[in-house]
Amino acid sequence: MEDNKCQCECGCNGRDEFLDKLCEKYEPIKDNLIQMLNEIQEHYGYIPMKAQKVLSEYLNVAMAEVYGVITFYSRFTLKPKGKYNIAICLGTACFVKGSEKLLDTAKEALKIKEGETTEDGKFSLEATRCIGACGLAPVFTVNDEVYGKATPELMKKVIEEYRNKE
Amino acid sequence: MKTLEEINKIREQKRKELDLRVNLKAGTKEKHILVCRGTGCTSSKSPKIIENFKNILKEKNVENVRVIQTGCFGLCAKGPIVIIRPEDTFYAMVTPDDCEEIINTHIIEGKKVERLLCKDVDGTLVDRLDELNFYKKQERIALKNCGVIDPENIDEYIAFDGYKALEKVLTSMTPDEVIQEVTDSGLRGRGGAGFPTGKKWMFAKMAKGDQKYVVCNADEGDPGAFMDRSILEGDPHCIIEAMMIAGYAIGANKGYIYVRAEYPIAVQRFQKAIEQAKEYGILGTNIFGTDFEFDLAIRLGAGAFVCGEETALLESIEGRRGQPRLKPPFPANAGLWQKPTLINNVETYANITKIILNGAKWYSSIGTETSKGTKVFALGGNVVNIGLVEVPMGTTLREIVFDIGGGIPDGKEFKAAQTGGPSGGCIPAEHLDTPIDYESLSAIGSMMGSGGLIVMDNTKCMVNLAKFYLGFTVDESCGKCTPCRIGTQRMLEILERITEGNGETEDISKLEKLAHTIKNASVCGLGQTAPNPVLSTLKYFKDEYVAHIEDKKCPAGECKALANVEINPELCKGCGICKRQCPVNAISGEVKQPHKINPEICIKCGACVDKCPFKAISK
Amino acid sequence: MIKINIDGRELEVKENITVLQAARVANIDIPTLCFLKEINAAGDCRMCVVEIEGRRGLVPSCNTMVEDGMVIRTNTPQINETRKIILDLILSSHNRTCLTCVRNGNCELQTLAQKFGMAEIEYPGQEVEPHIDDLSPSIVRDASKCIMCKRCVAMCKNIQKVSAIDVAGRGFKSHISTANEASLNDVNCTNCGQCIQACPTGALREKETIDDVWLKLKDPDSYVVVQTAPAVRVALGEEFGMKIGTNVTGKMVSALKRLGFDKVFDTNTGADITIMEEAHEFIERIKENDVLPMITSCSPGWIKYIEMNYPELLPHLSTCKSPHQMFGALVKTYFAKKEKIDPKKIYMVSVMPCVAKKFESQRPEMKNEGLRDVDNVITTRELARMIKQAGIEFADLEDAQFDDPMGEATGAAAIFGTTGGVMEAALRTAQDVLTGQDLPKIEFEAVRGGNGIKRATVNIAGKDLKVVAASGLANAQKIMEEIKSGKADYQFVEIMACPGGCIMGGGQPIKSSKTRREVDVRKLRADALYSIDEKSTIRKSHENPAVKKIYEEFLEEPGSYRAHKLLHTHYKERDKYKID
Repeated sequence: MEDNKCQCECGCNGRDEFLDKLCEKYEPIKDNLIQMLNEIQEHYGYIPMKAQKVLSEYLNVAMAEVYGVITFYSRFTLKPKGKYNIAICLGTACFVKGSEKLLDTAKEALKIKEGETTEDGKFSLEATRCIGACGLAPVFTVNDEVYGKATPELMKKVIEEYRNKE
Repeated sequence: MKTLEEINKIREQKRKELDLRVNLKAGTKEKHILVCRGTGCTSSKSPKIIENFKNILKEKNVENVRVIQTGCFGLCAKGPIVIIRPEDTFYAMVTPDDCEEIINTHIIEGKKVERLLCKDVDGTLVDRLDELNFYKKQERIALKNCGVIDPENIDEYIAFDGYKALEKVLTSMTPDEVIQEVTDSGLRGRGGAGFPTGKKWMFAKMAKGDQKYVVCNADEGDPGAFMDRSILEGDPHCIIEAMMIAGYAIGANKGYIYVRAEYPIAVQRFQKAIEQAKEYGILGTNIFGTDFEFDLAIRLGAGAFVCGEETALLESIEGRRGQPRLKPPFPANAGLWQKPTLINNVETYANITKIILNGAKWYSSIGTETSKGTKVFALGGNVVNIGLVEVPMGTTLREIVFDIGGGIPDGKEFKAAQTGGPSGGCIPAEHLDTPIDYESLSAIGSMMGSGGLIVMDNTKCMVNLAKFYLGFTVDESCGKCTPCRIGTQRMLEILERITEGNGETEDISKLEKLAHTIKNASVCGLGQTAPNPVLSTLKYFKDEYVAHIEDKKCPAGECKALANVEINPELCKGCGICKRQCPVNAISGEVKQPHKINPEICIKCGACVDKCPFKAISK
Repeated sequence: MIKINIDGRELEVKENITVLQAARVANIDIPTLCFLKEINAAGDCRMCVVEIEGRRGLVPSCNTMVEDGMVIRTNTPQINETRKIILDLILSSHNRTCLTCVRNGNCELQTLAQKFGMAEIEYPGQEVEPHIDDLSPSIVRDASKCIMCKRCVAMCKNIQKVSAIDVAGRGFKSHISTANEASLNDVNCTNCGQCIQACPTGALREKETIDDVWLKLKDPDSYVVVQTAPAVRVALGEEFGMKIGTNVTGKMVSALKRLGFDKVFDTNTGADITIMEEAHEFIERIKENDVLPMITSCSPGWIKYIEMNYPELLPHLSTCKSPHQMFGALVKTYFAKKEKIDPKKIYMVSVMPCVAKKFESQRPEMKNEGLRDVDNVITTRELARMIKQAGIEFADLEDAQFDDPMGEATGAAAIFGTTGGVMEAALRTAQDVLTGQDLPKIEFEAVRGGNGIKRATVNIAGKDLKVVAASGLANAQKIMEEIKSGKADYQFVEIMACPGGCIMGGGQPIKSSKTRREVDVRKLRADALYSIDEKSTIRKSHENPAVKKIYEEFLEEPGSYRAHKLLHTHYKERDKYKID
């Protein structure tokens, strides 16, 4: 489709192999919207506009509705996350064990609010609901790495470590 | 494809092979090292422990020892957990570096690694799992296989009576008999509301429709609850089997399980279980040589608490925003794609196979008059033994918190327990002896809920807790109806005002009035229960609200705006721990000299208060 | 009939009605906000809650069906308090700048606030952030006035099947949005303006352009000509408290003259010319075995819709411009020449029942020799505002006549304003042209009435023609799918974007949910148009002497070179979304 043609100069001509394959995998029925969005989120780390357009066209769902679904579910994001995504669990078990302090510490150290990404794109910060490691409360994660029984001091240390990493 | 005979053969063989898992005196040379691969222990590196065990065993050429991944053992606080069977030795907080010592000392030399044994609350060293107080009062029905079998191996499931209930149902029971059995068992929905399961099945069976569906609600959204996740991770086949039994009973041949995408391990194990069941011909057509057929698929949630509400869940499966539908019609009559649909929660399904095999009479002998069987709780918060517990209905809160949970850590006092998550309420010490069942919890202003049980010590502010839950509800409200969309936001704003010291006397009556409106006028269960945390804390801890409003004080010292964090120079030894804890660098001072807090910078988070070894900092 | 009890009164009502309807039978008006008859009954706002014995909590009456023996209470103290708190909550997050709101005096929220005596907000707090999107030439959205009743979404998504807007976000932050928060101008909006008609408050309104009209009226160098569409005259009176369906043609013309327009013409004359051209095109298509069915092209919301959604069917569209565009083009050529006026000085204003016409008049194709056919389109509501601003006592005005030489029109043109009307007018002319006779059959009942899709087989000059008239874009979509799949064997298709046709256009007076519940607004306005037709001495477009004269003096014959240049247009495939 004309409107899916991308403006980049990489020669991809608007085709995206991942999205092509995704469309092959799922039947073009509306019910598959959330499943496909889940895969897109997983693949890109967010839901790019080109993917929204492809879904809208392929599943015959208006873009306003696609947008409505994306913005309803907290797992879907419209912007790429930072290279290191720090997620602080604010589930009840972690909350009772003081996870708010971890959030305060991270906000202060990174100078960003939850849901934001640092200017250099290195860190993003999010507050999540229970990640299921209640035995280790309070917990935070950096990408897939889990830090249990965390303290503000640990948070500061971990951020420093990643800051010095490439 | 396996015939019924072949499956029965596998059961017989495997059962013998795995006898050491459940029989302390199993006469076998083999040993099984069981390592928990639930989410909690996996987070603290249990996959690495498994890898190390395997490598070391190989290196040392040790025979007759197998390393098995299992689901959750329950005592998450002591994770990662390693259990060696048949002797049932329980090693706690094992690190990957401990593997070599366990193999050398325990497996090769036959001695216990004492330093890794678990210390019970009273300080005694416990070397066997069933000697731990944590397990003594538990009765595992829903969690029966969790921690016993490898969830990724269908043969192990079959060994412990797996798919035997399905066989029984398909070959010797009519759908009506199945429903009767479930009805007679007294099983009620474990998702929170406690609707009689048999009745739900009956409605779905009676509904007219050429196509019906069975759905499993695994959108465990209560922040601090992980019962369903643990069952899916530890025993996925028991859910598949139960959904098939339900399908047979109501006349459905297609099932969906709706799981949170945030549960990757559960999703992956369930997917694997479906594949194995298909491979064995258990899922498919002509199941066990009958004309029953069943297909099952996974649908992932994407982070919306409201999707735990059954009609919102259906909307989400159909690819839309998870906003609840009008009821009636109920899903039993018009559910997925408007077809009759049975929706039960994971834990409810987890009881089904046991009811079919052991009979309704057995099941209904457990529990109280109105609430039969057991309930799984995710015990968390300020309690020693954080973890997963399954107790008979009617067990008191005191038994759970103190006998099983080991009481409150750090010498603090019990203040309240919270059940039912954002829909539930706080239970104060005066109700600790309430036997837990659906009715008694409602009577004291809380609810059973899905099984989150958070314990709070006396340093927790109840107004702040109510604010926490309201914040959750505001975040998770779908926005469909006015009372929930705007009402919860207004309640949160009032609570914020109160905890910031700007509360006014009439705020309490305003909160109460608004709470009742939201309860009565909201569309779905989320809104109808959202005010409960506020109403229950108002009921039992009104004095705390009054203190915040009238005296501008937070008695528990938790509300930052009302706190004044100070270092007592006479107690301060200048150790500098507080300085390192402070997230905003508000503390200064020379080593070995009394430190000071700059009130301009201090955000009153209290991190320093908790960590000061000399209790020199007060809020 | 079943027996129910409402507020202690036993009564018998029909089955299959809602509690809300049953209460009306008992003369009880339950307040509603998100309810809009046949469009939205989601039960989200909770204003209409009642108590029903045996049901838990409070139940919305708008979508709960009555059952035999049902005991309903509609006004207990608890219900009253609940409604008051709900209203308080809605008001607390609403931008309460009522005095400067376009809907002041015609706002359903304001009406309820008055009714409940909302003296102050009990639960003040965070309000919805003002966010105004006024980039569309037709529609302005103001999020701060939105109360999340979602009537606009139901309209756009279910009735029109356009889905330019939907609910986005969650909880308190949920709001109505386009794709990616883009402007309506950059998404698949057709500009039909039905969302405005659905909105109970001032969150959606037309893009007002009367200031430019006032300026031109004051400017001595401008020659300001106005034309009014057929649907305007049967609705304008409502803005002055007259009954729905009152024909105020004479007073309207009188008011326009008082406002200072140099000429007051009738778009109906343009409609008659449209019929001449369209009937001619249709006959040609049949003779030449050209693309059939031919689809009408006078509804600009529809045109944008087909350009975005069915570009492959564009050859089916009649190339005729819509009546007011044709008329504008003739004013700046034929009329200017005849009256010796410099066409550059002519400022052509169209008063339309439609907000999509604002977009249409700005299309690049809609001009001739560098001059726009129409310079400004204002809606029925905007005209009413001008009349009020000028202090004209509308109800007391004497009737006046449209100006010559382009003020004469037929009954056929009048019924352009309702669904099926264009079809009927075209058939009247086509049958006479084809047979060369003056046939007595005037009325084609099969294409009249309020149904969204009206299929008929009509016998014209001994030939059976299959025709269909559809209104509302969801219905249009159905017909297009039929054509696309090759299942359709129609020769002639009439489509109007707005359900019911122009009389229910996005620029017409806004009727409250309560009014729409109690009377059939469409029917009353349509009846008024049919009555104009019936009373007309000339009821066939080709018999209009003014039209005949224009052809004689200027256009020569339908489909001539000049007619094509001025009165016909072309269409193009259009991207639905201009967002990256």
